[in-house]
Amino acid sequence: MNWLDICALEEINVLGSRIIGGPKGDIAIFRTSDDEVFALDDRCPHKGGPLSQGLIYGKRVACPLHNWQIELESGVAVAPDVGCAHKHEAKVENGRVLLALKVAATECA
Amino acid sequence: MKKLKLVMIGNGMAGVRTLEELLKLAPDLYDITVFGAEPHPNYNRILLSPVLAGEQTFEEIVLNDLNWYAENNIQLMLNRKVVDINRKKRVVIADDGSTAEYDRLLIATGSNPFILPIPGNKLQGVIGYRDVADTQTMIDTAKTHSHAVVIGGGLLGLEAANGLKLRGMDVTVVHLADWLLERQLDRTAGKLLQSALEDRGIHFRLNEQTEELMDNGEGRVCAVQFKGGDVIPADLVVMAAGIRPNTELAEKAGIPCNRGILVNDTMQTYDPRVYSIGECANHRGIAYGLVAPLFEQAKVCANHLAQLGFARYQGSVTSTKLKVTGIDLFSAGDFMGSDGTETITLSDPIGGVYKKLVVKDDILVGACLYGDTADGGWYFRQVKENANISEIRDHLMFGENALGDVGHQGQSSTANMPDSMEVCGCNGVCKGTIVKAIQENGLFSVDEVKKHTKAASSCGSCAGLVEQILISTVGGAADVKPKSEKAICGCSEMNHGQIRAAIRERHLTSMTDTMAALSWSTPNGCATCRPALNYYLISTWPGEAKDDPQSRLINERAHANIQKDGTYSVVPRMWGGVTNPSELRRIADVADKYNVPMVKVTGGQRIDLLGIKKEDLPAVWKELDMASGHAYGKSIRTVKTCVGSEFCRFGTQNSTQLGIELEHDLFNMWSPHKVKLAVSGCPRNCAEAGIKDVGIIGVDSGFEMYIGGNGGIKTEVAEFFVKVKTAEEVREYNGAFLQLYREEAFYLERTVHYMQRVGMEHIKKAVLEDADNRKALNARLQFALSFEQDPWKERIETPQLKKEFDRISVVQVEEATV
Repeated sequence: MNWLDICALEEINVLGSRIIGGPKGDIAIFRTSDDEVFALDDRCPHKGGPLSQGLIYGKRVACPLHNWQIELESGVAVAPDVGCAHKHEAKVENGRVLLALKVAATECA
Repeated sequence: MKKLKLVMIGNGMAGVRTLEELLKLAPDLYDITVFGAEPHPNYNRILLSPVLAGEQTFEEIVLNDLNWYAENNIQLMLNRKVVDINRKKRVVIADDGSTAEYDRLLIATGSNPFILPIPGNKLQGVIGYRDVADTQTMIDTAKTHSHAVVIGGGLLGLEAANGLKLRGMDVTVVHLADWLLERQLDRTAGKLLQSALEDRGIHFRLNEQTEELMDNGEGRVCAVQFKGGDVIPADLVVMAAGIRPNTELAEKAGIPCNRGILVNDTMQTYDPRVYSIGECANHRGIAYGLVAPLFEQAKVCANHLAQLGFARYQGSVTSTKLKVTGIDLFSAGDFMGSDGTETITLSDPIGGVYKKLVVKDDILVGACLYGDTADGGWYFRQVKENANISEIRDHLMFGENALGDVGHQGQSSTANMPDSMEVCGCNGVCKGTIVKAIQENGLFSVDEVKKHTKAASSCGSCAGLVEQILISTVGGAADVKPKSEKAICGCSEMNHGQIRAAIRERHLTSMTDTMAALSWSTPNGCATCRPALNYYLISTWPGEAKDDPQSRLINERAHANIQKDGTYSVVPRMWGGVTNPSELRRIADVADKYNVPMVKVTGGQRIDLLGIKKEDLPAVWKELDMASGHAYGKSIRTVKTCVGSEFCRFGTQNSTQLGIELEHDLFNMWSPHKVKLAVSGCPRNCAEAGIKDVGIIGVDSGFEMYIGGNGGIKTEVAEFFVKVKTAEEVREYNGAFLQLYREEAFYLERTVHYMQRVGMEHIKKAVLEDADNRKALNARLQFALSFEQDPWKERIETPQLKKEFDRISVVQVEEATV
């Protein structure tokens, strides 16, 4: 796993997110109230809404366009909606946010 | 920790609903065991009639299949009747000898059909109408025999009669009272119903008592003999003369019963470990036989089983609907009327329409509809909300006639809609899709329908139609609570009013404190409750409560409107709709520099720059050098004005100037929903003040003020509020009214809906009649606004806030792919 130093944890608001440009479009990095971080492609599986702009609660984000609920841990949409946002590995170490990009078509159909 | 043991006796709708609610609140608290006397998982008992009529199959009415029990680790003991409860040892014993220990016991044994104590009532072919087995007996008998008698002309009896008739039997209904459904309908409606059913070939014997059921010599019923001596043939007799709470087991265990197992407002019996809900429970003297109240009981019971301990059941207003296809009748509340009530009646016996509304002290207390029940849900809501109807009394009878104003071809009744017709114009959902989702997934509330079908989940203008479809599909089981009674969201049991009161009374000033103090079930709420809580906090405790940007939806966080492609639109403020050449030059320059794909004039007399990237927003604001237009917020939006007396030859007042002043008065004001104003300088009303939250029309002698107008989803004409002499007074009354709205309305409630809920009288009392209060309201508004500043300016000047708009730039991303 090739971890990439992104920014300090403080650079992301609690229950907030930041965007980083990836090779295949934007990636959203989310911070939960427990200071966990998650990274998903910044595109809702529904109509491509920027998930980074959604409201974050627990380990989910609500898409800003049509309120689809997406699980941060897996990128999977909460039922009854069906779909999946591509997920990347992210973690916090020594107060720094680390990201490892994953090639698509692993867990998302 | 070892789990507690919960045993439920009875596997019906009320009991299983309690388990569902419990699993939502405390999924891991109990090991659950369920005893069911029937061999089936939980099914929708209300829909047995459509099964009998051949319109649905049994598989279609199953609510929780066996997988559901398995997935939730519920041990299901089907085909086993509990015969004893040992309360000392806390164990229940079933007829096959199996036992189960409990820490908490839930008795949900439902009811039994009342079997008349007459000779022959034990003969073969004499049944009640209660479960799948009874239904199957009727279906089978209809294949081999021809004469059926139904005893009892209530809902169940008529549904049975209709089903048997459709299955080819010759059916007679025997009824003790003067007219059918005497507990649901008045005489006129009852007679209309009777003739409609007679047209279908069903026979009736009213005012009649059954004396004896006669034996054919082989132990099977062959005829019915009445008190008067008449005898009619009968191969099948269905007893539908009422139900009796099934309390046999509880009584045997020594739990106090009196026409039902006695329970308190927490659904607890006299034994604190034992709860009871559903048709077997007697709450404040009433054993409910309809599903909607039982679901309310289920919620309360689950709350206590989950050891939360604060919900109370305080009884229900009920409504009924007959599930006989093609016959529409609906009744709710006190539809018979009594001392001190007035009735409004519409009667068209030839057209087959009859409507009766019962009013007491300007409040609708009951409704009885026959033939046209489209407005049933709406009337039911009025009854439940205790809404004051004095101002709509003259057109109350015609229902919520403007329902379905735009986007669905003006259709206001779902009854005649074909399945292929579009109900939700935003998401393209047809009636048939909604009905199918309701039936297949066992949905009972509009919220559930929204989740499964997306209908009514965008603009919400079709919510009324969806509610009607729900009511016509599941009848009285539909959960159609008004917003004022509904829990705010899945995170809490409390409704908006309770939450507002708690924040005020307990001086809660932060999101975390509020969620902790009010026992939120989620760590940080959800996208529904957090924006509402944030508004309640900052509007109740200005200066003390800190605004939480992460609890605002994106538009209010970015101070711009998100578009479908993720870009934003920017609408700078033009006070009162007035601009000047230098502002226009700056707008043009920005549009050029940032390649703005569209520049558009808005409905509120502003200019909209569409298609701006989020990271460009702060720079755009800076270069515009204009104030935020708040076109994105639940906040003051715009004050639209006409030219007024300065230029217009008809103008009587300087409407432009007043509009500018009002807009400055309210600048930066957050509110429960968006707030729009308009000021016209003469009665020609070019600023369209009649469809604004506050509309002002200048006349020669002063200003007329109108409130509660709305030009959006459903056009609402503003109501006359007051006439004043000076512009100063307009500003004072306007500030006081909007502060009242800010303090009392629920989040996402427009002024019109707030007004409908609290009544115009209440607003007049607070603002017009009490000068001190008016001043106090204005002072509180000024105080709240003193903490606010132009959000655009704030973000240009504060680097910490500007961060929200920046992207993280990392050069090496390209190579970092695994």
